[in-house]
Amino acid sequence: MSIVANKPEPLLYEMSNPGTIGYSLPACDVPITQLPNHLMRDDLRLPEVSETDVVRHFTRLSQKNYCVDLGIYPLGSCTMKYNPKINEEAIRLMGMSSVHPMQTAETAQGAMQLMYDLQNYLGEISGMPAVTLQPAAGAQGELVGILIIRAYHLSRGDIARNEVLIPDSAHGTNPATSAMAGYKVVEVKSDARGNMDLDDLRAKVSNKTAGIMFTNPNTLGLFEEHVREVNQIIHDAGGLVYGDGANLNAIIGIARPGDLGFDVMHSNLHKTFSIPHGGGGPGSGPVMARADLAQFLPSPIVGKNGDEYVFENPAHSIGRIKSFWGNFLALVRAYTYIRSYGKEHLKEIAEVAVLNANYLLALIRDVYDPQIPERECKHEFVLNGTRFKKEYGVTTLDVAKRIIDYGFYPPTIYFPLIVPECLMIEPTETQSKASLDEFADALLKIAQEARDNPKLLRDAPHDTPVTRLDDVKAAREPVLRYEHA
Amino acid sequence: MSSGKEISYPNDVKYAASHEWVKVDGDTAIVGISDYAQDALGDIVFVELPTVGMELKAGDAFGVVESVKAASDVYMPIGGAIAATNDALKDAPETVNSDAFGAGWLLKVFPYNAADLDKLMDAATYKSKIESGEIH
Repeated sequence: MSIVANKPEPLLYEMSNPGTIGYSLPACDVPITQLPNHLMRDDLRLPEVSETDVVRHFTRLSQKNYCVDLGIYPLGSCTMKYNPKINEEAIRLMGMSSVHPMQTAETAQGAMQLMYDLQNYLGEISGMPAVTLQPAAGAQGELVGILIIRAYHLSRGDIARNEVLIPDSAHGTNPATSAMAGYKVVEVKSDARGNMDLDDLRAKVSNKTAGIMFTNPNTLGLFEEHVREVNQIIHDAGGLVYGDGANLNAIIGIARPGDLGFDVMHSNLHKTFSIPHGGGGPGSGPVMARADLAQFLPSPIVGKNGDEYVFENPAHSIGRIKSFWGNFLALVRAYTYIRSYGKEHLKEIAEVAVLNANYLLALIRDVYDPQIPERECKHEFVLNGTRFKKEYGVTTLDVAKRIIDYGFYPPTIYFPLIVPECLMIEPTETQSKASLDEFADALLKIAQEARDNPKLLRDAPHDTPVTRLDDVKAAREPVLRYEHA
Repeated sequence: MSSGKEISYPNDVKYAASHEWVKVDGDTAIVGISDYAQDALGDIVFVELPTVGMELKAGDAFGVVESVKAASDVYMPIGGAIAATNDALKDAPETVNSDAFGAGWLLKVFPYNAADLDKLMDAATYKSKIESGEIH
């Protein structure tokens, strides 16, 4: 950690020193025109700072930033895995970084070949051969998938289906997607083993069911034990099964959703295929579908005509959902990632992700309470903080805040919503045993502190530039605009 | 934040498994969320309520209660027409935390479908289902 990391960094506005100038412009060589008065304002008061002020300000901020290149980042459901640097080398190759979206197909054959091959790889990995690389992120992929399901029903003249079933453990994007596509959301309960409750599913499925949105492994980090049965129930009712591929990283190379009865799915390339998360660059959420649904995919798809790669428009496409050709450099990173593992080794991603999660759980399970203790987890696990709250008066938020003092990024908290006082941990496959041991050690010490000195947790974090924030006040009385003092 | 206080389960209201309560007051039914629900949600920062005059069935989502932890849909424990909503919650959503069964009410429903009341739980049943983990 830097020697300045613990000092609060002032805003550039607060560093402003009237008269300081950080630029030097040549003399104006065009006639000067005065802007009309109604366009002039004098309330902006831009900060007056030098170039070194600005550089040092942002460098200091960057030193306060926590990132996966610095340490474990165990945000459950987010898969904060290492982003291999070879991906960054690949996107900087001239043919990748300089290809222009307005180039003609004949002059972009190499880029199109990469897209064509990536379509095939994702088709093979998912067990669903019809692939589009267009969606700009996972959430858009979900919308594309549900619109494909809608197009499928409408093409058959099956117009009465207006409901989508969604388990109560789902990511919030699933009901949002269904509502956006015009469907009514029907919630399906989970059972005591963390599976979908089949009786509740049977009670809610009907001839109004357009489909189900189903994450497997689910957000409890558990593989759905009745996956084939769930999918059969939906198919018997005439619905289709949408796979939320958020957790594909737990089964890649081992189980193929297409073989398990899923009809359409998306994969978030940042989760399974190592592209940077949101803040690090644009996302990408390719959608895979079974062969007969290829006619509905958004256009264009990269096809092959003899030796030539061509853009194709599926016959009954739901239309365009993204300008140009998707987020191409995200695709290059995913392609690089798949090729650097190679077909034989892809499954080690899932194996080590699951091993790491179970190892970490084993280290702490005597002290923290797993939600479903009788089951082994997949790539992540959830802990129930009810006992800590009852016995020590310490909430999951307090535990998470104390983790910051130990120099780690805290896990996801209060999700999934069905677990009270939830703490959700996903180490990913890119943590060493030493790193997992260190993190487990911190969690065990924090549990001891919860018993001996709960106030330490309630007031945490202590060692950060700003300590516990009043998030309730911030939410109730938001200040949305910076005002000069 | 949990106050660590005992959760209360008053006897003069009926409860839905989704944690709403109903209190019959003459021709009108008053609806809110239970003390257990407000405690589980934590500090409530925003309440979104329906337009007066809307007609909703039992089980329909009528609004959203948002805490620092999560935004949760709230569901009609009984069907009927929305006769009034608790506008005071706009400026003081924390009233739901401090007085879930009183000043923190959400809706008044008139007329309401009295037959729906039979499907709701009394305090003892609701409490035992929460304590056994059958509902959460």
